[in-house]
Amino acid sequence: MAAQETSQSATFRHAFGNVLSFAVLLLIGVMAFSIRLFSVIKYESVIHEFDPYFNYRVTQFLTKSGVYDFWNWFDDRTWYPLGRVIGGTVYPGLTLTAGTLWWILNSINIPLSVETVCVFTAPVFSAFASWATYLLTKEIKGAGAGLTAAALLAMVPSYISRSVAGSYDNEAVAIFALIFTFYLYIKTLNTGSLFYATLNAIAYFYMVCSWGGYTFIINLIPMHVLLCIVTGRYSPRLYIAYAPLVVLGTLLAALVPVVGFNAVMTSEHFASFLVFIIIHVVALVYYIKGILTPQMFKVAVTLVVSVGMVLCVAVLAVLIALVASSPTKGWSGRSLSLLDPTYASKYIPIIASVSEHQPPTWPSYFMDINVLAFLVPAGIIACFLPLSDASSFAVLYIVTSVYFSGVMVRLMLVLAPAACIMSGIALSEAFDVFTRSIKFHLVGTTQNPQDNAGDATKVTQNDVKSEKSEDTVKERSSRKSKKDKENIEKPSLVSRVEKRLLVLPLETSVMAVFLLVLLGAFYVVHCVWAAAEAYSAPSIVLTSRSHDGLHVFDDFREAYAWLSHNTEVDDKVASWWDYGYQTTAMANRTVIVDNNTWNNTHIATVGTAMSSPEKAAWDIFNSLDVKYVLVVFGGLVGYPSDDINKFLWMVRIGGGVFPHIKEPDYLRDGQYRIDSQATPTMLNSLMYKLSYFRFVETDGRGYDRVRNTEIGKKHFKLTHFEEVFTTHHWMVRIYKLKSPRNRIRGKTKRSKSSLQKSGTSPSSKRSTRKRNPWQ
Amino acid sequence: MNRLRRDLSLLFIFGFFTLFSNVCSDLVISKLDRQIDLSSQIVRFTTSLKLENNGVEAVSKVLLPYPENQAKNLAFLLVTITEGKGKTKTSSDRLPVDVIHPEGMPSLTWYAVSLPKELSKGGSLTLEVKAVFTHLLTPFPEKITQADAQLVAFQDSAHYLSPYAVKVQSLTVKLPEPKVESYTKLENTKFSGSEIKYGPYENIPPFSLPTIIVHFANNKPFSVAQELVREIEVSHWGNVQVTENYNLIHAGAELKGEFSRLDYEERPHVRGASALRSLVARLPARAHSIYYRDEIGNISTSNVYSDSVKTLLEIEPRYPMFGGWRTAFTIGYGLPLQDFLFKSEGKRFLDITFGCPMNDMVIENIYVKVVLPEGSKDISVVAPFPSKETREAKLSHLDIAGRPVVVLEKKNVVPEHNQNFQVYYRFSSLSLLREPLMLVFGFLLFFVACIAYVHADLTISKSSSSYIAKLQWDEVQTAIQQFQNIMNRVLVIHNKLDASLRDLSRTGDVQACKAARKTADAFLKELTKELKPLLSFLQSSPQALHIVAKVEELVVKEKELQEKVMLKHSMVVDSYEKKSGGKDIDNRIAAVQQKITLLRQEVDDLLEVIDEI
Repeated sequence: MAAQETSQSATFRHAFGNVLSFAVLLLIGVMAFSIRLFSVIKYESVIHEFDPYFNYRVTQFLTKSGVYDFWNWFDDRTWYPLGRVIGGTVYPGLTLTAGTLWWILNSINIPLSVETVCVFTAPVFSAFASWATYLLTKEIKGAGAGLTAAALLAMVPSYISRSVAGSYDNEAVAIFALIFTFYLYIKTLNTGSLFYATLNAIAYFYMVCSWGGYTFIINLIPMHVLLCIVTGRYSPRLYIAYAPLVVLGTLLAALVPVVGFNAVMTSEHFASFLVFIIIHVVALVYYIKGILTPQMFKVAVTLVVSVGMVLCVAVLAVLIALVASSPTKGWSGRSLSLLDPTYASKYIPIIASVSEHQPPTWPSYFMDINVLAFLVPAGIIACFLPLSDASSFAVLYIVTSVYFSGVMVRLMLVLAPAACIMSGIALSEAFDVFTRSIKFHLVGTTQNPQDNAGDATKVTQNDVKSEKSEDTVKERSSRKSKKDKENIEKPSLVSRVEKRLLVLPLETSVMAVFLLVLLGAFYVVHCVWAAAEAYSAPSIVLTSRSHDGLHVFDDFREAYAWLSHNTEVDDKVASWWDYGYQTTAMANRTVIVDNNTWNNTHIATVGTAMSSPEKAAWDIFNSLDVKYVLVVFGGLVGYPSDDINKFLWMVRIGGGVFPHIKEPDYLRDGQYRIDSQATPTMLNSLMYKLSYFRFVETDGRGYDRVRNTEIGKKHFKLTHFEEVFTTHHWMVRIYKLKSPRNRIRGKTKRSKSSLQKSGTSPSSKRSTRKRNPWQ
Repeated sequence: MNRLRRDLSLLFIFGFFTLFSNVCSDLVISKLDRQIDLSSQIVRFTTSLKLENNGVEAVSKVLLPYPENQAKNLAFLLVTITEGKGKTKTSSDRLPVDVIHPEGMPSLTWYAVSLPKELSKGGSLTLEVKAVFTHLLTPFPEKITQADAQLVAFQDSAHYLSPYAVKVQSLTVKLPEPKVESYTKLENTKFSGSEIKYGPYENIPPFSLPTIIVHFANNKPFSVAQELVREIEVSHWGNVQVTENYNLIHAGAELKGEFSRLDYEERPHVRGASALRSLVARLPARAHSIYYRDEIGNISTSNVYSDSVKTLLEIEPRYPMFGGWRTAFTIGYGLPLQDFLFKSEGKRFLDITFGCPMNDMVIENIYVKVVLPEGSKDISVVAPFPSKETREAKLSHLDIAGRPVVVLEKKNVVPEHNQNFQVYYRFSSLSLLREPLMLVFGFLLFFVACIAYVHADLTISKSSSSYIAKLQWDEVQTAIQQFQNIMNRVLVIHNKLDASLRDLSRTGDVQACKAARKTADAFLKELTKELKPLLSFLQSSPQALHIVAKVEELVVKEKELQEKVMLKHSMVVDSYEKKSGGKDIDNRIAAVQQKITLLRQEVDDLLEVIDEI
């Protein structure tokens, strides 16, 4: 009887542990989902920012027209008159995912709108991502570390910033795909199972579908493979983990239209092919080593090395030729700026003008990963005790992602999972040591604790050494006997025993546990704060708290709603490219340029128009069939990211293609200003005029609350444009191009007045007219 | 102006009418009083006619003609019989009205009012006709700037259009403001306050129609919903959800030229006088979960005021609406079921208003969709006015067959249509439980499937090496579990021995302690026997290679531990028999005890390690 009871209790304990970790995982998923709902609760269930609006629009098209139309979709409502082939230029992972979700929900009669599905895709996938983190960390360091890492990832601010409800962007899905691909790679590495290798290739395919960041995977995994080979850790498992991934993965990646032949043509992928060759050579060497006697092997080595050198040189030459033949040396601009952080700002203003492509500042590390930054080193140390294939991968992952995050703020997102995994390992190991020593002390209270501790530590040191040597011996022997399971479990067992003997004094461990819990609590508080305050604003609705309560600035949607209801369906709206996606998605009007900055010349044309005087701008816009011009102006309410603050980028990008726009013309002594000291070119530019038209009449002196100055040119009339709509807080102003008949009348008026005032402007006008790029 | 006149001249071709009027000239209108209310975009005619039958035959029908341009915009026609005057005035129920089309009358539409009892010779009665028209006011000029006031023109005839002779008649036109741009001056015309009076005119022959045109400022926004879809969804869980999709246009004079926010904000009542700023929806009391949004998200400019009779929802469109501007939005609210759903004769019926809750809004096309719960039968609709009725089905949460939907369609709806209509249907209360039960069964099936999956052996090839290895591994695991059991039991026996020692120190009963020792010995022997086959199995099994070492270590440690425990036991018992002091005993066994604790710790750890395999 007693025996049965004890046996039952053991199985119960086992089952209880499983159920407990399952419940914990479930709760982690719920937390990951719900912490991202602040944006819905504080604001509303709406798509955020810029790119998500495009993704939302594509998803709408997908759900309406089906997959085949989606692949062949030529979008004529953007990049007028060029248009854009959507199917071939987007990463379809996100839209296909959300579209499938929507389709499944609707086919079981749950009538959720496409918008709702899109809004909640990111939170759902962050729950998946934390589960994937659990799996990955479990493969590296056991279930405890896995759970801790999953909990940390569920609320890491860096990831929250990209995956709050409504932030319907590629990253939301891609981070899950990234972690899951890594998990499957490690799983394959640990088990040597071809099944997992195939799954790995499929996960990699999903990642390629989702985000351009897949190049990180296809470079990191070869790096790890190379590291393993160099450190003498080559094994058949490594081969199985890598070779199918490269072959299948590349084939699958080439299926994605946006990648296509890039999967074999661009140099981002060459590292993987190189390592593919190397691993085959190494595999061959190991094979030959196995069948030859040592002497024969030596002879063979000398033979092969001489032949191999020749081959290598040939292959390298081909590679270099391929790389050199492509215009950017085979690297895309964004990737190049990863390697050389100053590349973009030097050569491609369009990439540099995006704030998320700038290098981060130190506070942003603290903001985005918080205490994890301090735990990461401990995690790295824990990964070296003992170093396995899996933990070496984790170390490599963190090191590379730290470098990349230092180059571009956006890639902080790639760092976050690595930091979580490392911190999870660190925390879990630390708790392991501390709780065990507490347990040891509590059990051994009958004796003198100090004696005990001293003994134990002595024992430990001896044991550690002996067991470590034992460990390596065993590992090698097991490798030879090809008992894979054994190999995974042995080190963990040994390390466990070893740790158990690391005993700290009771007070220290209790204190340390307390401090760790405090640290964790601080992290949680910070994350909740970040989720609630910092990262949940949808950016199309702004709020401000004043003494008389909450004030809502809903100007963007006001303007888009006006455009969508009160202009013709085929009217073209010109604005700076930031607002392109929103205009097509919310106002359903054709735009000239949008956030997919694929055609620099086109953007430069709009930039040129915005920086030109009225007449020249009218000519450019008219030649583009533009009917309305939309500008964003924050001077009345103090909204800092308005068009006047972005204006220098327009000048720079415009000047990059049309040299008659010169940046110094807009700067007074190298300073950008809009007050009375501003240059005449600046004060006559279209952007200035459209932003400040009749602004002086609001308060009598034209005080700009963003720039904190009075504007330079206060009273002026528009001759070629007329104001048709201005939102409640003046944040969006829409102008209509006057028809040519009116323009002539205006022109005659203007020329009369300008003759009286100054004689310089007509001549400059005439000269700019000739430079109009569209004539 | 020219266009208006032309319309009129086209309409009234008198030749026909004189011919026709002779036919029905038995009736005479002895007194006629017309009031035209032009104070909003909706034009309301209130006409009271005193009829006398001078003919020979009794009359059962009264004909009311309207010119085509009015008839096509006629939204609502209500005819009642009134009796008495002033305070004692009472009115009957509405009389049935039919449209008739006498031949050869192309430009007039005739409405025949059936009287409840025939009007006999020489009898008289007073009819009150209330007619509501939309789109009768024409903006003139058609396009205005932001600063201009919205001027509209209204045309009608000064005399009542009637097939009957009218003895005395008068007309009052009520304007929104005591100002008028221009109006047609006839004899007996008086303009006072905000009213223009024509008449009284006496003995006007039928179909004599002098045109009047009134041109005046009407800055009321002309909010016209080109389409309104009201979806009323009944849930027997206690809620009636109403969703209204508006497609709104400001149908007044179109805005031309610029819209300047500056001017609008500075002097809103001059620059933008006719703009549609806000709408007030009068919702039923206890309306809850009210929302107001459009396709790109929530619209934050709204307020709710509620009291015990009504809930007022004040909404502002995203932007002030000028003439010709459009917008679209959705409002939705929930209502408590018990206020609107009733039972009668075994049937349930929903009793809810038809029209839209907005004041002064004209709806060109309304679609009222009543979504009944899935499984409703015998559906019938009772509406106070004719409307086109169709049926469809809607698939929503957890539906299989779909919910029956009654669609009522009507054109030209005005606030006068805000009357209740009823939808009767049968619904079994048991059907309510269908969806929860579906969920319960769904999850049950899922769990059963999970259980089945876990317990079923889905291996295709029973002879593959990995499958055999797995089977062997299972065996090893059971063996280890048995092994653990035995170990645990051994430890329990150790504890019992310890307990017996404690008993001994308390009671001093050496015999009992010895007896405990004996039984423990016996048990331990038995267990060692049980252990042997397990150990040999584990040693022989190739799958258990890496565990065997641990297991053997554990066995050794346990043996050691057992010895020490026995040693301690005999020492203590011995010393008790020798009656040595408590301290003495403690000193003697201290060394042993320390070892025991250490060993016990190690054994526990090993057990745990094995447990984790």
